[in-house]
Amino acid sequence: MSERGAAPTQTPSSTRSKPADLESLYAAMLRIRMFEDAVHLLFLRNEIEGTTHLCQGQEAVNVGVSNALEPGDTVTATYRGHGACLAMGADPERLFAELLGRETGLNGGRGGSMNVVDLERGVLGCFGIVGGSIGAGTGAALAAQLRGDGTAAVAFFGDGAVNQAYFHECLNFAGVRRLPILYACENNLYGEWTPMGKVTAGGRILPRAEAYAIHAVQVDGNDVLAVREAAAEALARARAGDGPTLVEFLTYRHKGHSRVDPGKYRPKEEVEAWLQRDPLPRLAERLEPEAVKRIGDRVEREIETALDAARAAAFPDPNQPASATKEPR
Amino acid sequence: MRELSYREAIRDGLAEEMERDSSVVLLGEDIEPGGVFNVTPGLVDRFGPNRVIDTPISELAFTSAAFGAALKGLRPVVEIMFGDFLGLVVDTLVNQASKYWYLSNEQASVPLVVRSTIGAGARFGACHSQTPTGWFLGEPGLKLVAPATPADAKALIKAAIRDENPVLFFEHKLLYGRKGEVPENGAPVPIGSAAVRRRGTDVTICAALAAVETALEAAEELAGDGLDADVVDLRSLHPLDADTIAESAARTGRLVVVEEGPPSGGYAAEVVAAAVERVGPLAARRVTMPDLPIPFSAPLEDWALPDAGAVARAARELARA
Repeated sequence: MSERGAAPTQTPSSTRSKPADLESLYAAMLRIRMFEDAVHLLFLRNEIEGTTHLCQGQEAVNVGVSNALEPGDTVTATYRGHGACLAMGADPERLFAELLGRETGLNGGRGGSMNVVDLERGVLGCFGIVGGSIGAGTGAALAAQLRGDGTAAVAFFGDGAVNQAYFHECLNFAGVRRLPILYACENNLYGEWTPMGKVTAGGRILPRAEAYAIHAVQVDGNDVLAVREAAAEALARARAGDGPTLVEFLTYRHKGHSRVDPGKYRPKEEVEAWLQRDPLPRLAERLEPEAVKRIGDRVEREIETALDAARAAAFPDPNQPASATKEPR
Repeated sequence: MRELSYREAIRDGLAEEMERDSSVVLLGEDIEPGGVFNVTPGLVDRFGPNRVIDTPISELAFTSAAFGAALKGLRPVVEIMFGDFLGLVVDTLVNQASKYWYLSNEQASVPLVVRSTIGAGARFGACHSQTPTGWFLGEPGLKLVAPATPADAKALIKAAIRDENPVLFFEHKLLYGRKGEVPENGAPVPIGSAAVRRRGTDVTICAALAAVETALEAAEELAGDGLDADVVDLRSLHPLDADTIAESAARTGRLVVVEEGPPSGGYAAEVVAAAVERVGPLAARRVTMPDLPIPFSAPLEDWALPDAGAVARAARELARA
C-alpha cells in the first residue's frame, strides 16, 4: 500500500476491512511536518513571499481522513491546506515550487499557498475564503449522488468556518438531500487569533449538525488511527446512502495563524499540554525505533531533494499568453 | 418557423441542451413547478428529479454546490430567482468559479450557468428590479450574457450551457412575454457577438435586454427628424463585441449607449471606452437610470427608467454639436 493518503493503488474495498499501515501513516504525517517546518524557514528568510498558514500539529486529521478514501473520492481544503494536499499525495516538490512562485508549481505559480488545486490527486481545491471548501465539497457530493458513481466527498474546514453562511446553508442542503459527504472540521480551538468559545454561540459545534439532521461525532484529531476509523465510518455511511456526517476533530495548531502571528495570545500551559499530545510521537511510540529512524531519514532526504529541485526551477514567464477562460483551440 | 415567447424560448433551449447532454442539470427555487417566472414548467416530468432539482431558499448553498458539481463533470444551470439575490453568491462566482481555470493552471474549467431574472418596470421595488450587471462586469473569467429577443434567448442559453466557463445569463422580466420566431434545434449564438438591429448612418445606439426596444423606438422617432440610427444589440456584456461597436461608431461618428442601470460602473462606460480606444475621439452620451435606488411608485419608477424620448434627445444633442 502506498503511504499516500488516497493512493491510486488502493483497491476499492471497504477501508474498514483494511489494516492500517502504521509506517505509512507515520511517514505521511512526518512528510507534512517537515514540509511545513521547511516552509516556515523559507518565510522567515523571505524566500517565500506573501503569507502562509502552517498546519504543524494537525497532520493526523489530514492523513487519517485521506487514508480512508477510495479512488475517485475528492477533497476540498482550506487556506491552511498544505497538509491536505500532501496527505492526498501531492508531490512535495511541486507544492514547494507553487509556494515559491515557480513555473513547475502545482498551479504554475498562479495560485500560491492559499489556492492550490491538484485534481490528479483528488484535491478540488484549497479555498482562500473561510467556508469556501464547504460549498465546493457539497457540490462534489451532489455530483456523486446525481451520477450515482459511488464516490464520496470530504470538505475540510476549521472551527472558524462554523459561523459562516457556507456552513449553515450547505449542511442544510446536504441534510435535506442526504449527500455523500464527510464534513471534516479541524477544530484547532482558534479562529485566526480568537478563541473559538468567544465567537461561537453555545461553544459547541456538534449540536449544529444535529439541527440539520446530520450525524455528528467528536474525535481526538491527534490520534491518526482514531481519525482514520471515524473517517472510514463516515464514508461508509455516505456510500450506503445514509447521508452526511460531521466529524469534529479536536486538534491544535503549533504555530500562529499566519505569517504575522507568533500566536502569543495562547496560554503557555495550553500550548505545552497540546505539544504533549503531538500526533507524531504518539504514533512513533507504536513503531519500532528502527522504523522511526529509517522513515525519518528517508522523509528528510525526500523533503530536501524536493526543496532543492523546487528552488532550482524557473519563475513563470509573464510573456506567455494566458486566458481567464477556456476556449476551443 | 415557430413563434415562441422569450420564456418559452429559454425553456426550449434548456430542454434541447438537456436532451443533448445528460450532464446538464437544473437547480433552483421552485423550478419543478416552473418557478416564479414560469420558465421551467414540465421539465421535471421530462427529465426527472435528478436533472431538475428544487432547492431550499439558500442561494449560497446551491450555487456553491453547483460550482463543486461542475468540477466533477456536471454542467449545472442554476436559477437565481431575482438578479438582486446574486449578491448572496458573489463569493462563489467571483472567488471560486471565475478564477478556477486560470488559478488551477488550466487543470479544469467550470462549465456553470447562472440564470437570473433582472430589470425594472414591474413595480417590484428596489431589491427585485435591478440589473446588477455592474457587480460582475470586470471579473476576469466570468461571461455576461443579456439577450433581447426570443431567438437570441434560446440561442444564447444553448451557447452558455455549451461554454466551458461560468456564464451569468440575464433575463429581463418585461421580455418574458415577447414573442418572436425561434428555430428548432438552431445553432447557438457565439457569446461575445453583438447584432445590428437597424442599419443607419448618423448615430450609433447600443443597448441590451429591454433597452434594445427603447433604442429601436428612439430610432423611429429620430427617423422622423431625418436622423438615421444604427442600433446595436450588445447581447453579451463581457466580453463585449468591440469590433461591431467600433465598426458602427466609426461609420456614424456618434455614439449613444442605453443602460437600464446606474450611471456609473456599468457597461455603457465600457462600450464608450471600447469605441473610443478603437475609433478615436467620438461624440458620445450615456442614457442610464439616475444615481438612486429604483423607486416603487409608478410615476417614480417610470421617471427613473431610460425611455425612448431620452435616448432620442441624447442623439439629437450629439447631432447638433
